[in-house]
Amino acid sequence: MSGNGAHNVVRLVDVTKVFRMGQEEVHALRGVTLEIKAGEYMSIMGPSGSGKSTLFNMIGALDKPTSGRVFIDEVDVAQLDAYELAWLRCRKIGYIFQTFNLIQVMTAIENVTLPMIFAGMGRDEYMDKGMELLRLVGLAERFQHKPAELSGGQQQRVAVARALANDPAIILADEPTGNLDLSTGEEIISLLKELSQERGVTIISATHDIKMINVSDRVVWIRDGRIDRIEDREKLQVSIGQVL
Amino acid sequence: MAKSIDRQIVLPWSQVIRISFNALRARFFRSMITTSTLVLAVAFLSYTFAVYAVLEGVWPAAEPALQDKILSAGFTPQDGHFGSTAKDRWLVVLSLLVCAVGIVNAQLMAVTERFREIGTLKCLGALDSFVIKLFVLEAAYQGVLGGAAGSVLGVGTAVVTLWARFGAPIITHLPAIGLGALLVKSSALAVALSLIGVMYPAWVAARMQPAIALRSEP
Repeated sequence: MSGNGAHNVVRLVDVTKVFRMGQEEVHALRGVTLEIKAGEYMSIMGPSGSGKSTLFNMIGALDKPTSGRVFIDEVDVAQLDAYELAWLRCRKIGYIFQTFNLIQVMTAIENVTLPMIFAGMGRDEYMDKGMELLRLVGLAERFQHKPAELSGGQQQRVAVARALANDPAIILADEPTGNLDLSTGEEIISLLKELSQERGVTIISATHDIKMINVSDRVVWIRDGRIDRIEDREKLQVSIGQVL
Repeated sequence: MAKSIDRQIVLPWSQVIRISFNALRARFFRSMITTSTLVLAVAFLSYTFAVYAVLEGVWPAAEPALQDKILSAGFTPQDGHFGSTAKDRWLVVLSLLVCAVGIVNAQLMAVTERFREIGTLKCLGALDSFVIKLFVLEAAYQGVLGGAAGSVLGVGTAVVTLWARFGAPIITHLPAIGLGALLVKSSALAVALSLIGVMYPAWVAARMQPAIALRSEP
């Protein structure tokens, strides 16, 4: 399935998004066209306020574009009803957030298994898989801990395990290292890279963490709601080499 | 996309019961604040009716001296029976109205505090109906809890104060069945009030776009 002839797992066509703030109109996205191939590790870079997070929400079917189209696995998201959207979010996409967004009243294992409960798995099956995922992120012994009893890095690892619950084709990460210290951030980045290499998961990450560039196949630079430039891995290493 | 998608995204009632019970337990003190309006309104209602039920129980068997004592305390039987007056009922209805508004207000606050959690649930594939189910069941638990606490408080206060005033016959002639029925009825009313109170907030929460819900500050 993967390889050079990989299909487009996400395709945006001339997507715009306008927020209305009282009398003012804020153009968060001004026509973004983008194709993301299956298995790619892609970073969306840009300063804050550039439209990164809005673009992230569009790719993740968390918000509706004002105009333009979003295709996930070549299905137009605008055509989906509530059930189909929920299905997409549950099984196709795994989300990781800057603020972790674990459910505070649930333990690590309960957080990880929730998407599997939604997907209709039986108890034995989801508990087994939940523990396996926590083992994968190195937190199997802490499965009974609530988020407040875990460090930021540990919480984010639980979030990564949760994102993987239903074997999604895409993992969307919004500033996944934003609230973490340097070394913990690196751990999360290498965990994501491993997942992309070993499982063929497409990883799309909105970030302004330069460490992300090293592991990305492609970097999309966003500025003022438009794509400023797209750089491939080879080019990137050259330019980083020059900078350094 | 896949066929019969509705059966592929599920939240069985057994899970709803478990999740909302645990959520309530984890936030026990916060939800007690939400529930306190309910407790007080139900306590007032059950107190008012329990006083008459207890007097009605003791009156036929009471010695003339005790009957005089009851009459001089300001309680007047109508056609030989004790029952709520129009004014009592009016006060009870008013207190329930105030309670209903208070509960909607408290639930709106409680739901607003949890917008981010709702957004997260939706990212994990929750349907609008899951969010409603979870909130409605939590409100039902709060109703049962608040109703039980409130009605026991109201009936208990009525029995104890009358006993302190009129002595042992109050306890020996306690209308157990009548009071039991009152406990059940006022608890049921509390559940109903709690459910009415959560409907609008739950509906607002369930219809939010996940991106907007996630953007809210915790």
